[in-house]
Amino acid sequence: MLRHYLEFERPLMELEREYEELRRFASPADPKVASRLKKLEAKIIKLRQEIFSRLTPWQRTQLARHIERPHALDYIGLILTDFVELHGDRAFRDDPAVVAGLGKLEGETVVVVGQQKGRDIYELHRRNFGMPHPEGYRKALRVMELGARFSKPIITLVDTPGAYPGVGAEERGQAEAIARNLREMASMEVPIVAAVIGEGGSGGALAIAVADRILMLQYAIFSVISPEGCAAILWRSREKAPQAAEALRLTAEDLKELGVVDEIVPEPLGGAHRDHRGAAMALKEALIRHLEELKRMTPEERLEARYEKFRRMGVFLEGTSEDGKEG
Amino acid sequence: MAIFKKKRKKEEKGEDLWERCKACQEVILRVELERNLRVCPRCGFHFPLPARKRLGFTVDEGSFQELDGDLSPTDPLRFKDTKRYPERLREAQEKTGLRDAFIYGTGLIEGQPAVVGAFEFSFLGGSLGSVVGEKVTRAIEEARKRRLGLVIFSCSGGARMQEGILSLVQMAKTSAALARLRKEGLPYLSILTDPTTGGVTASFGMLGDIIIAEPGALIGFAGPRVIKETIGEELPKGFQRAEYLLEHGLVDLVVERKEMRKVIAKLLDLLYH
Repeated sequence: MLRHYLEFERPLMELEREYEELRRFASPADPKVASRLKKLEAKIIKLRQEIFSRLTPWQRTQLARHIERPHALDYIGLILTDFVELHGDRAFRDDPAVVAGLGKLEGETVVVVGQQKGRDIYELHRRNFGMPHPEGYRKALRVMELGARFSKPIITLVDTPGAYPGVGAEERGQAEAIARNLREMASMEVPIVAAVIGEGGSGGALAIAVADRILMLQYAIFSVISPEGCAAILWRSREKAPQAAEALRLTAEDLKELGVVDEIVPEPLGGAHRDHRGAAMALKEALIRHLEELKRMTPEERLEARYEKFRRMGVFLEGTSEDGKEG
Repeated sequence: MAIFKKKRKKEEKGEDLWERCKACQEVILRVELERNLRVCPRCGFHFPLPARKRLGFTVDEGSFQELDGDLSPTDPLRFKDTKRYPERLREAQEKTGLRDAFIYGTGLIEGQPAVVGAFEFSFLGGSLGSVVGEKVTRAIEEARKRRLGLVIFSCSGGARMQEGILSLVQMAKTSAALARLRKEGLPYLSILTDPTTGGVTASFGMLGDIIIAEPGALIGFAGPRVIKETIGEELPKGFQRAEYLLEHGLVDLVVERKEMRKVIAKLLDLLYH
């Protein structure tokens, strides 16, 4: 298999290639081959552990954007059964950068909404690199409202560089579409669980993340602005993106610490892109657990808790004492 | 050229009796400009307004009671780019005399009581951080508590990068508060002034029951430069300006500064009674 290796993954490349070749072309019955394979495997695991235990925020940013990383439809395929995708905002067009539909999670109907990136040139283009237009947010809202009306829990999968900055997007009210989602999600009576699966790019990501619980995959990022954008403004140079990634505190651990994310979903060793199923099963387990907890609350309790969750966010000084930071 | 530069410098220090209109280059006597609510008497260009002045032009004299004036920003991320965030904050505070980029309180607008707030653009681009988000949220909650309408004059480049994700989530916090205000049947007038972009537009900015823009104001989600870079084309004429938004159905009204008070008071009266 031809894999895409990020720069910091390169040391793994040679070992993994050798391993693959041996496994495919040599006889596994040969004890020499078997022993070599075993040794190689141990080496690979050790090296992966080494590399992944000291990832910088910039490396995590690259992982979060890895082209082979599972995207919304990959997770939907692995986590849900009976998925039916629903299309369109009933006003302008169907935005392929957002997928929305109904499916079953362990036999129970849920609504799922997510931003969808592509993997090949054609899909990348068709999905607009996962950057929605206003009609994408309006489709998301329409399908979430359908869920709310039929008392179905909502799962959202966040994975976007941001809302698309284009002429049509502005003319059709990108800001209004995002703002409306923020307001409406705050008062939907059904349980909502959001999971940041890859890139949580600014307001365009938040527009489907106003939830009772916000989960985040281990190597996902969630940020007010892309490191490149931040570097361009504050350092006046996109080259400083690694420094910006550091300063922005955009990793899953940072967000947990800052009280924005409720739980970090662990990824398989080497990252979700190496084991889609493993990543999906970990996410599925977490989704089921949080939805179970939320279902034990009344709608009023959930709405109050959701309001308080966001109400508490922020850190400031009042009078002389420091306030905020996770209640 | 040298003469111009010298003059500019003087203007910035506020030592000059004259100001130059950015749109038509007319040189205007400062007292004349102030009397005209900082609108160019020749071409109608709306000069930027500091928050206090904005409230002064809007609220009936002596009726404004500021609330939560003691909220101050801090540095939760220990953010440093080419400068440390606390240093940037200190500079902005010295420059503006404000603790952060938003002030609000209660007041009367031509006799109509309301909760009124305004952004200070010269404080780090009116950016939305923890303090601004908290104060906007409290303004909304105050309107609910006192059963009053809410008027917010926005002027902001968007979320404040130096507070990272904590800035971003202020969009959700303020929008959630507005969801509650909406259920109470209390009016919220969102006034968008030049410029209002990013996270402020994409939350409470575009959530007004009625949205009013000042003439010529730049209003959008993405900034024009980002859009131009993304699409690699020239932008349409008047793109993202108040009149363009009106034409595209995104705002209710474009109102000149000298009419703003009257229009706000009239709308509050129409919705209150």
